[in-house]
Amino acid sequence: MIYDQARWVDDSDEVYEPLLNEKHSKEVEADSALPDDLTRDSLTLPDLSEPELARHYTRLSQMNYGVESGPFPLGSCTMKYNPKFTEDVAAHPKAAVHPDRSTESVQGTLELLYNLQDYLGRIGGMDAVTLQPPAGAAGEFAGILVAKAYHEANGEDRSEVIVPDSAHGTNFASAALAGYDVVELPGAEDGRVDVEALEAAVGEDTAALMLTNPNTLGLFERDIEHIADVVHDAGGLLYYDGANLNALLGRARPGDMGFDIMHYNVHKTFATPHGGGGPGAGPVGVTEELAEFLPDPQVGKTNGKFELFTPERSVGKVHGYGGNWLVLVKAYAYIARLGDAGLSDASAKAVLNANYLASQIDYDIPFGPFHHEFVASADMDAADVAKRMLDYGVHPPTTKWPEAVSEALMTEPTEVENKRSLDQLATAFDRVAAEDEATVEAAPERTAAGRIDQVSAARNPRLSWQALDGADEE
Amino acid sequence: MSSDDTPVGSPYAPHTPEETAAMLDAVGVDSEEDLFDIPDAVRFDGEFGIDARGERATRTHLETLLKRNTDLTAFLGRGHYDHYVPSLVDHLSQRSEFLTSYTQYQPEVAQGFLQALFEYQSMLVELTGLEVANCSMYDAATALGEAATLANRVRSASGNVVLVPELLHEGRRGTLENYVAGSDLDVETYPMDAANADVEAIRDRMDDDVVMLYAESPTVRGTIEENLSALGGLADEHDAMFCLGTDVLALSLLQEPASVGADVVVGEAGSLGLGTAYGMGLGLFACREEFLRQVPGRLVGASEDAQGRRAYTLTLQTREQHIRRERATSNICTNQAWVALRTAMHVASLGPDGLVELANDCVTGARDLAERLDDVKGIKAPVDDRHHFREFVAHTDQPAAAVASDLETEGFAVTPVGEHEIQVCTTETNAHRRDALVEALGEVA
Repeated sequence: MIYDQARWVDDSDEVYEPLLNEKHSKEVEADSALPDDLTRDSLTLPDLSEPELARHYTRLSQMNYGVESGPFPLGSCTMKYNPKFTEDVAAHPKAAVHPDRSTESVQGTLELLYNLQDYLGRIGGMDAVTLQPPAGAAGEFAGILVAKAYHEANGEDRSEVIVPDSAHGTNFASAALAGYDVVELPGAEDGRVDVEALEAAVGEDTAALMLTNPNTLGLFERDIEHIADVVHDAGGLLYYDGANLNALLGRARPGDMGFDIMHYNVHKTFATPHGGGGPGAGPVGVTEELAEFLPDPQVGKTNGKFELFTPERSVGKVHGYGGNWLVLVKAYAYIARLGDAGLSDASAKAVLNANYLASQIDYDIPFGPFHHEFVASADMDAADVAKRMLDYGVHPPTTKWPEAVSEALMTEPTEVENKRSLDQLATAFDRVAAEDEATVEAAPERTAAGRIDQVSAARNPRLSWQALDGADEE
Repeated sequence: MSSDDTPVGSPYAPHTPEETAAMLDAVGVDSEEDLFDIPDAVRFDGEFGIDARGERATRTHLETLLKRNTDLTAFLGRGHYDHYVPSLVDHLSQRSEFLTSYTQYQPEVAQGFLQALFEYQSMLVELTGLEVANCSMYDAATALGEAATLANRVRSASGNVVLVPELLHEGRRGTLENYVAGSDLDVETYPMDAANADVEAIRDRMDDDVVMLYAESPTVRGTIEENLSALGGLADEHDAMFCLGTDVLALSLLQEPASVGADVVVGEAGSLGLGTAYGMGLGLFACREEFLRQVPGRLVGASEDAQGRRAYTLTLQTREQHIRRERATSNICTNQAWVALRTAMHVASLGPDGLVELANDCVTGARDLAERLDDVKGIKAPVDDRHHFREFVAHTDQPAAAVASDLETEGFAVTPVGEHEIQVCTTETNAHRRDALVEALGEVA
């Protein structure tokens, strides 16, 4: 069950990196139809043949771990299997159109987007949806801009956004980018929102409360109705961070819980590939009274024709064009394939998997009951545990977050693991816990690279070939 | 279940009924529903009304939708470009170890992607001449927004004006407005002269209020900016950040940004590697080393592993939102890493000769097509007396909207940009239809 990775080591123990190799770089002069003073003098870049490049990138891929390499229970990231057919659909030649084409000539694209807006609205219990934000954090930013525009339209100047201390860092950063002061809300002893602290925090300055439900500890905020009342009574809006929506499909909808604005992470909930960190897409849903503030443009339909329109009091643009189209195609394909039954089952199995895995490992798991993810507490440094788990052929959980749990291992197996692979994961957890500290601290040893020195990387930043060349000369 | 059976559950949850039963038993509940800790008052017991489909049926459904897009040869640009993407890029980037991985929080099992992103950063460092490049923003517009907030952080003076060209893509302008809305920054425009910056007007305007001077080359009208050194000098004199907007292919040919005083380079990197994708992009972001600790987005750095071998890792993460939260340099988390991988592959695939040749073709192709259109009755091209890159604006005696509409019935797409102006963009992907475009314009103009 060991997942063997390739290494860049040849017989002579030299690092072999063809794109770095001097003899493969070439300097050219940019001789052109332009005057010399408008062109550069030289350009030095790798100069490899196609076979060399194919081997280079194949080799690199062998030094990388994805969902198809093995279990990937990275908490809060919802690393699901990504169906293959969606790639083929997104590669359809008719999907590759220019965004400035006339609406008459891209009726297919617009219909797909219109349907996706509709589907996401139904799934989230929202009245209107924009597909423009190119990632979850961009969705948060767009959503908070909508909240701001709403308050301003009501003649109110509210300055604060409340965020639980266990929230994703993007919540804080997105609210700050929109110009809000961030008020951090401490958690209660049961890992949920401290309602009394919330009551004390809200007021006439409150623009919004940003919340994910279930929260980052995997706990459902059972007081959500009351929380919504507290925020709404103060004149604030309730924002739903969709990172954990995979736990609720078909069981609960943010709109029904009193949320006014939400974003969807289609790369999480709707199984579009995470692509090594992106692209994702972060559509935003809102209630009817906020629809007129959504970004420009929206996709509408009149007399059977699909069109683009600017909402009456639109916040404007959060992306140069319409967002990450190819990701949206894949999300639409995924939703259209699963339908009600499949989406609902995905949540059921995701929650079952988290609970089953938690029941099989010998770690302290505070709080509960939990939904699609749980946070285990390690007896030793959680980062060390994670490194040693790599040696057992699995990707480890998210470590050391949220801070409410000491040496946290935030674990989200998702619905795509079966009992056998969950048992494999449990074995990895428990073997590491039983090992002596020296072994764990020396890990990993069966991966492409051994433990990497993060401190020197930050202290002496070398961020390009050029910086390496300089360092090598020293 | 065969691939075309309608799923009754998730087709991607591999549980057998026996496994499910065993797992429920181990957890100590009777059914999956017992695991949902949701109060009745907020429980959803309705249906979405979305029918499940088999894989083939789903695919047919989507292809049927997409086929409603009409066949047109697009001569469209304005910030979003169609270049031929080598098959190598599609095949290698689709390897699932790349495609289905996530952010490299465990670098020991992510060396492949980290090295590819390091190589992407290195290519941008070479192309821009600046010391630091991050490993992606969402697109050119958001990269510009991030540049403005960077200027606000790094500039010591108390100014609050971001000075941008009056001719600026509406998506970039709008996004910039939103990125600065939360700060005390104001966006102000400077005039243009034949689609280049009006240097004298900028000289008159420049004072200590200006935190960032932004220029583009090529501009939104496809002209190559001829005053970059002067603009860089003006920005420097007034301690303003000089930000240059461009794209990854133009960089291979045009003046090296560092040599004209650029402090930050933003723009579109997806012009290589992505192809036309209904506006999806890849924001490039590079800057001088002194801004390193204020850079938005992810950075990959070289380090060593425990055996002393070279290894790569995400670095300087204390700038990022997951650590610094509201004091982060940006809210970006999920970025465009896979697109950056594709762009790096495309650049490597072309190599230095191929890049320069392709960029040269963008100059000569636009010039030749403009000359030929200028011979068409009712058309004057190019409107701007400048060198062009890929695209140019042409004057039409007829109303531009009517010309564009008539061209569409002939199978061509161009952008009307004024009452009597259309913009035409040509690359190698529509080169074979240039003759036909000239002929069609002869009929409709």
